[in-house]
Amino acid sequence: MRDFMYRNRYLILRRLSQISILALFIGGNLYGWKVLRGNLSTSRLLDVVPLTDPFALLQMTATGNIASREALIGGALIFVFFAVVGGRAFCSWVCPMNMITDLANRLRRVLPAKAGISLRMDRNVRYWAAGLALVLSAVLGIAAFEWISPISTLHRGLIFGMGAGWTAIVAVFLFDLLLVQYGFCGHVCPLGAFYSLAGKFSFIRVRHLKDNCTHCMQCIEHCPEQQVLPMVGIASSFVTSGECTNCAKCMDVCSEHAMKLGFRTGKHNNG
Amino acid sequence: MTAPEGSEKMPERRQFLADLFRGAGAAAVGGLAWAGFLDGKKAYPTVLRPPGAVKEEKFLALCTKCGLCAEACPYKALVIAKPGDERPVGTPYFIMRENPCKMCRDIPCAVACPTGALDSSLMRDKDERGRDKLNINLAKIGLAVIDRETCIAYWGIQCDACYRVCPVIDKALTVERTANDRTGKHAILAPVVHSDHCTGCGACERACVTKKASIFVLPLHLALGESSDRYVRGWDEKDEQRIEDVSEETKTVTPRSEKSALEYLNKDGF
Repeated sequence: MRDFMYRNRYLILRRLSQISILALFIGGNLYGWKVLRGNLSTSRLLDVVPLTDPFALLQMTATGNIASREALIGGALIFVFFAVVGGRAFCSWVCPMNMITDLANRLRRVLPAKAGISLRMDRNVRYWAAGLALVLSAVLGIAAFEWISPISTLHRGLIFGMGAGWTAIVAVFLFDLLLVQYGFCGHVCPLGAFYSLAGKFSFIRVRHLKDNCTHCMQCIEHCPEQQVLPMVGIASSFVTSGECTNCAKCMDVCSEHAMKLGFRTGKHNNG
Repeated sequence: MTAPEGSEKMPERRQFLADLFRGAGAAAVGGLAWAGFLDGKKAYPTVLRPPGAVKEEKFLALCTKCGLCAEACPYKALVIAKPGDERPVGTPYFIMRENPCKMCRDIPCAVACPTGALDSSLMRDKDERGRDKLNINLAKIGLAVIDRETCIAYWGIQCDACYRVCPVIDKALTVERTANDRTGKHAILAPVVHSDHCTGCGACERACVTKKASIFVLPLHLALGESSDRYVRGWDEKDEQRIEDVSEETKTVTPRSEKSALEYLNKDGF
């Protein structure tokens, strides 16, 4: 049991983080808890600090509307926070959709290999989707991604009522399970693309220590964004790609302590 | 054997261009589908927004669907649209027949809005000492409309359920007395809505005793007509002022409208 806990230590922490954030939002609506009210699009922390999804703000700006000062401050706070801790830390530590797609990807490992088709898809589709979201926002006058986002559908659904929204969640689950591995979060999601760019120069980073590495390749095997780990077994260095979600799965599966979370500073950049 | 000039020269650049075209093509296809889907989603003209909502078009751009207004409502009257509700998803609205707006004096829903989709400053005026204060009576959620054919008060049956619950009673909703010609000796006490005072709170719709409410709230743009600049109540001095600023320029629609409104109303023998 202790061994299991240790081998999944970051996974457990991530689930705790995701679930407690969700629970605080749900409690905020149902019982009036004042820790976090609203939802991931816009919220207030302790009834005072505004927090706003910066990508939603960007889309709103593209429609030609300027949000209130409060919303802009909230957007700046979130942007700076994730620019420091790793943009896509949002994806693996906050976003509720991560639990759905993680489940799909775990099932993918258990199911017989032929159960699903593994379509190949370009991982850059998400950047096109993010650009498209801004263009469509400008053309249609509404925040284009916010209106179809399965993340919002799931998150808002859990807080305010799901309605027919479950179909979108199931669609994402099946897409990941049967069509494209890491399909939604790793290929399509424009919010993830936005955070990839936002966290490009983040301070907290995964660091590979070549001297500990036994070339078992478990880290790459389990990484949802394998392209960010080209240095494994070759050189000690920080992960430089913004697409790394800081999910720390590589640390959970590495029995040799060859992967670490670290603070990226200039002089450590190459090891 | 040598390849024709240019075909193998810059494979990287060729690959890049091919990728770019593929990407742009996929983006165009995806974008059109996406846009088509959204365009169908955003038009729900009958939705009743919270007090202080800016114009619907701007509201849809500014609302981030956070639900803070609904959470702030002490009566849980505001509903957040779910997929399948046939309303713009994630946005707040009222179902007046079930749970109308209670017109809180401190307007917590509008104050809670972090993005400006609900603008509480639209409902500000001065108190008797000249201090700035919120005034929920300035809210314009919609306008109550009466179906005289099903309203039993118009039949001559005594009912004033809507009148009694109206929070702006005697201003937004009055009862007009006329003789009941059918019996020759009774009165008809019929409710009449006045748009200058009605906030569209929906209390009347909730209270209406008919099977389906005979008084119900519609968004202003559906409930109200708009008088044109070409017709003036000449007996009303104030109404003359309405067309004072009207431009002399005129867009020709009919032979009559070739002339400016002021010209044909005032000088043409009308």
